[in-house]
Amino acid sequence: MNLSAAAHHPGFLSPTGVEITFVLVGLATLGAAVITVTTRQLVHAALWLVVALGGLAVEYLLLTAEFIAWVQVLIYVGSVVVLLLFGLMLTKAPIGRSPDADSGNRWVALAVAVASAATLVWVVVDAFRSTWVELHGAAQGSSRATGESLFRHWVLPFEALSVLLLAALVGAIVLSRRDDTATPPATAATDTVSAADTVSTAVTEPAAASAGTDGKEK
Amino acid sequence: MHLAYPVVLAALLFSVGVYGVLARRNAILVLMSVELMLNAVNLNLVAFDVWLRDTLHAGQALTLFTITIAAAEIGLGLAIVLLVYRHRGSSDIDRLTALADPERPERPTQPGPAADDEKAEATA
Repeated sequence: MNLSAAAHHPGFLSPTGVEITFVLVGLATLGAAVITVTTRQLVHAALWLVVALGGLAVEYLLLTAEFIAWVQVLIYVGSVVVLLLFGLMLTKAPIGRSPDADSGNRWVALAVAVASAATLVWVVVDAFRSTWVELHGAAQGSSRATGESLFRHWVLPFEALSVLLLAALVGAIVLSRRDDTATPPATAATDTVSAADTVSTAVTEPAAASAGTDGKEK
Repeated sequence: MHLAYPVVLAALLFSVGVYGVLARRNAILVLMSVELMLNAVNLNLVAFDVWLRDTLHAGQALTLFTITIAAAEIGLGLAIVLLVYRHRGSSDIDRLTALADPERPERPTQPGPAADDEKAEATA
């Protein structure tokens, strides 16, 4: 299949339109990722991560994996980045440049990253020198194909994944609960209300703080 | 499409994520870099699935599972970061050295009244 695909394609140096688009979007994704890990402004890092994840969704579309592209936008851009922004807000990340966003050993980190990049790129280019992907057949990643394979061959991992999500949800709620043992009953009631989830703690934190100070003043 | 394009992009994204994990000080920025690494792995899985035209669609199923596990992990990771921030006042991982070994080896302490109290507390 490799030889026939190689004979069919004009060669490595005359790319098709899909390859050109892939390279351009890949450059944008890589640039956004580099800015995410080097910028000193914490909120900007999260927003550049949105660009990188969106670029990857476009790459999935170019690889005919349309269901995964939509799931990527929904879950990664839609909830993971929102969670990261909430985390930045709740840990009072500074607006603007943060002086201690990079640790002292970032030159060693750069050396390690460059070495791993060189190793990985050399290995994969050497391994896949004459391998082409056939993108014009039946859609590999349509919703129908993905749904059929998920619910025929991957049912057990799918159900185990839902149990994992439940465990993660319960764990996050239990971890982020405030347990103030020395509060009067009024603030204890507001504290149990604020133990619903991490998002609501952000909203009720000022309310609980003011209720606590009112209790102490009395 | 030549297979080298997606796998080289995945390798470079992974290396950018490695730099982010090692070089960043804020714990949430480290979590962002871990997300970059997971996305690089997902791109690899999708590219190999489309290349091999797998009948089981193993690559795309595993990509969906990786996306879901990453979402669960970031929820829990942020809850842990919030706890650390509440108890220590900062989410800098350079300052979380409470479990590190001391620089000078400590001499074995003589059993004193403080140690007996700790032992009584531990057994109670």
